[in-house]
Amino acid sequence: MSITVRIPTQLRQLTGGAGEIKVEGSTVGEVLKALDSAHPGFGERLFDDAGELRRFVNVFVADEDVRFLDGLSTAVADGQTVSVIPAVAGG
Amino acid sequence: MSSVSGLRCRECGRTYPAEALHVCDFCFGPLEVSYDYDQIRATVTRERIESGPRTIWRYADLLPVDDPNPVDLGAGFTPLVRADRLAAELGLGELWIKDDTANPTGSFKDRVVSVALTKARQLGLKVAACASTGNLANSVAAHAARAGLESVVLIPSDLERAKVTMTAVYGGRVVAVDGTYDDVNRLCAELTSEHPDWAFVNVNVRTYYAEGSKTLAFETAEQLGWRAPDHVIVPIGSGSQLTKIAKGFAELAKVGLLDEVPEVRVSGAQAAGCAPVATAFAEGTDAIRPVKPSTIAKSLAIGNPADGWYALQTIRESGGSCAAVTDDEILDGIELLARTEGIFAETAGGVTIATLAKLAASGQVRSDECVVAMVTGHGLKTTEALFDRVGPTATIAPTLDAFDAAVDLGADGVRADVAAQRSDR
Repeated sequence: MSITVRIPTQLRQLTGGAGEIKVEGSTVGEVLKALDSAHPGFGERLFDDAGELRRFVNVFVADEDVRFLDGLSTAVADGQTVSVIPAVAGG
Repeated sequence: MSSVSGLRCRECGRTYPAEALHVCDFCFGPLEVSYDYDQIRATVTRERIESGPRTIWRYADLLPVDDPNPVDLGAGFTPLVRADRLAAELGLGELWIKDDTANPTGSFKDRVVSVALTKARQLGLKVAACASTGNLANSVAAHAARAGLESVVLIPSDLERAKVTMTAVYGGRVVAVDGTYDDVNRLCAELTSEHPDWAFVNVNVRTYYAEGSKTLAFETAEQLGWRAPDHVIVPIGSGSQLTKIAKGFAELAKVGLLDEVPEVRVSGAQAAGCAPVATAFAEGTDAIRPVKPSTIAKSLAIGNPADGWYALQTIRESGGSCAAVTDDEILDGIELLARTEGIFAETAGGVTIATLAKLAASGQVRSDECVVAMVTGHGLKTTEALFDRVGPTATIAPTLDAFDAAVDLGADGVRADVAAQRSDR
């Protein structure tokens, strides 16, 4: 399944400046792993030592926070967009 | 001369230059402004501050931007009001209200926006923007108008009408988004990547913006005669204000403006319909679970608070507490403050007062403490919350008889609540 991942400014140095990357995967976890394979460096920035999303990383599928869905197990459908966004904003 | 030495990640310690950066490129942790406190200590004195303007800029030595001509509508140096009648109702002793309803656009947001846009102008950013639950929108639109900047303000579409009007009147772009504040915030975080030359005050210049809230602590200490209170009650939206108030008291001691290192208990106030921090506090956990907000306290309706975790840490380390109050309790809090002290607060202020009442009743706020409650926004912004609660106490024909039948103040004309307090003594 082809998924578009939106990359925040802070991580675009890993993608040669690209703001969107297309990868394959059927869950959020698979998509982010595929992103790390295609552009090494994402893994250590997005995940902590236990393999969970870092505290200050928010991931959205179709504009919903995956913490309200099934976390990294959240299923993604062909053509959907996954957004990686720094959590520290607002208020 | 600026005493800012750069930015530093609060999580991993990596350092960055003092530019429009808000999170660490490596771990996404929040960046904090680093100061050369020795340099500040060598310059700053109580007299130097007291001879400054009656605004937040009297504390320029402790702010992250140095500009002789800041973007300024006169934010700050709001009244610190001794609240004896409210204290008597709550069984407390020395109680003060920091009345931030008196700011130019009616909320504490003027403090942070004045700092953020002054820094944004220095950095050459062209447009003032933000995601807002209302108060910030008011303030960004007003300060941008003052500075001659274009403004783009994003708000949830279900905001109180007064807050929409108080934003739109300044002539900038006001974009209502169908969604919650958290949706608006996510959109702004994404827009920041697409418009790097805009100042999203609570995104890419948030590091500087947040420092403006320290002035609440600075003023409180100065107005108490250069002493810190024992206990402060602070409403929690994102949690930023609470952490910065604690930082402000600590900094005053660090630069020699207080005689001793203060031990201020910091307690947090949330609405029950959006209480991720109060819930984590009650459950004794570290994780802040995001929630979908449902509360009349829209200015605090942030389900995924950026600084929630730090606010929780600050509360615990200071020996403070945290509680949440229902919508009815919030309205009771607004009316209690208005009735006893003549201060009309918005719903967030009702959250603060209702939480204060709850913590006083449970003994967590004590009568032997000097207590300061932060009332951070004006009631005129959220009048619709009270439409079903208050109104004319009587509607009469224009005759003396009708008046006498409708208004009976008793023989001595003393208010019932005052008479009750007197008889208690």
